[in-house]
Amino acid sequence: MMKLSKYVLYDILRSKIIIAYTLFLFIVSLSLFQMEEDSSKAMLSLMNIILIALPLVSLVFTTIHYYNSYEFIELMLSQPLSRKKILLSEYTGISLSLLSAFLIGVGIPVAFYAASETGMAMLFTGSTLTLVFTSIAFFASVRARDKAKGIGFALLLWFYFTLIYDGIVLLILFSFSDYPLEKFTLLISALNPIDLGRIFIMLKMDVSALMGYTGALYKDFFGSGTGLLFTVGVMILWITLPLWLAVRKFRKKDI
Amino acid sequence: MIRIENITKRFKKLKALDNISASFEKGQVISLIGPNGSGKTTLIKSILGMVKPDSGKIFFKEEYINGGFIYRKDIGYMPQIGRYPDNMKIGQLFNMLKNIRNEPPETIDNELIKEYDLCSMYEKPMRTLSGGTRQKVSAAIAFLFNPSVLILDEPTAGLDPLSSEVLKEKILQEKNKGKLILITSHILSDLDELTTHVMYLQEGKMQFLKNIETLREDTGEIKLAKAIARVMKGEDPAGNFISEVLTKKTK
Repeated sequence: MMKLSKYVLYDILRSKIIIAYTLFLFIVSLSLFQMEEDSSKAMLSLMNIILIALPLVSLVFTTIHYYNSYEFIELMLSQPLSRKKILLSEYTGISLSLLSAFLIGVGIPVAFYAASETGMAMLFTGSTLTLVFTSIAFFASVRARDKAKGIGFALLLWFYFTLIYDGIVLLILFSFSDYPLEKFTLLISALNPIDLGRIFIMLKMDVSALMGYTGALYKDFFGSGTGLLFTVGVMILWITLPLWLAVRKFRKKDI
Repeated sequence: MIRIENITKRFKKLKALDNISASFEKGQVISLIGPNGSGKTTLIKSILGMVKPDSGKIFFKEEYINGGFIYRKDIGYMPQIGRYPDNMKIGQLFNMLKNIRNEPPETIDNELIKEYDLCSMYEKPMRTLSGGTRQKVSAAIAFLFNPSVLILDEPTAGLDPLSSEVLKEKILQEKNKGKLILITSHILSDLDELTTHVMYLQEGKMQFLKNIETLREDTGEIKLAKAIARVMKGEDPAGNFISEVLTKKTK
């Protein structure tokens, strides 16, 4: 399988988009750390950029790459290779390249300027979000035969996770503000990997003190060992579930 | 070597394959013939596992291919339209395939690469290739690992007469080695000298699968093209063809 992934990786590196992405992340994080005196303020800005840009790039890049390498997939299917292996090699190749872009582009500046617990939380969240959204993009592109449909579906998912979902949550919280919703908000945060990541990073920062009673409850939960376990578990679920669904669909697909 | 049992495949409303059963043996060259959209490519892709039939079973060397993949080691496939990674160069493509397959070097058959002089184009990226050169690459890949079954989907379409002759010569040579070869083509004159059996498909149904000699006798035509033309016009009752298929199946 590593052999196949190697060819996928080779193909990606040649297109240079991933290099541009690395540079973009590197310049953004470096300039943020340069501009702000206080590194924790810079971290907050960086977090917001990461939580929006990272899922978008992962989704769009993966979908486009999947459709562009359709010929490669077709060729491999006439060889004695299982479909699962072909798809998982594609996944490994893409996620590895996106992951290394993130770890170089953001990891190096963070390690340099803010090598703290918050920095680690940020790198952890960024890495898992990359994997999660690559996985979701695979699910979208395997389902849709048409390129435009696949990319559209991926973008719609991005809108959902970054904007629509938060809107729905706010709506619920406002409409039922008379009831105790703390436990409930804890639960629904797990249904969106971006929110989960945001909470996970924020609680490592000082700003969590400003979040009131809910913030205190969050801190109580996510600050504990079970909270960490919960976050990691939910993130793993978010990575494996879409990927598993994609593999299942891909196995039955007519090429 | 390959046995197909009651294969049916639907693409939404269209019935691409309708309850097809057949059996192909070693040393045969089967010509898959039929009008456009009669299900030839779908049948080939089902054998390769690229299209999943709705019902029915396919056996390869007496083994039921149930979504398996190892059996494809023994199949060389030349697609109708060869599509390859755009950024890859010809040389890289061959090297990649050899690397992935990891077969011992003595089994590799480079003859077509030499005959078509593809070595001199090793540095050309795939996206710059003409349709004919692409076809040559496809052919060379199909024969590369010396497989015991060759599936060629319109192999001579787009090839110049000389290259087409080279390919036919190669097919004949492999046939004499006792391999099973499945060919679809609309250029029936190309098939004349190669084929041992003719399988005729129409609207997803198999009309007949018969020996070329029998077909010639039945239609009274020597040329395959004329014999098929007669069949297509419906001058021959299909009944005796089907009965032959049935006796084959019970055997």
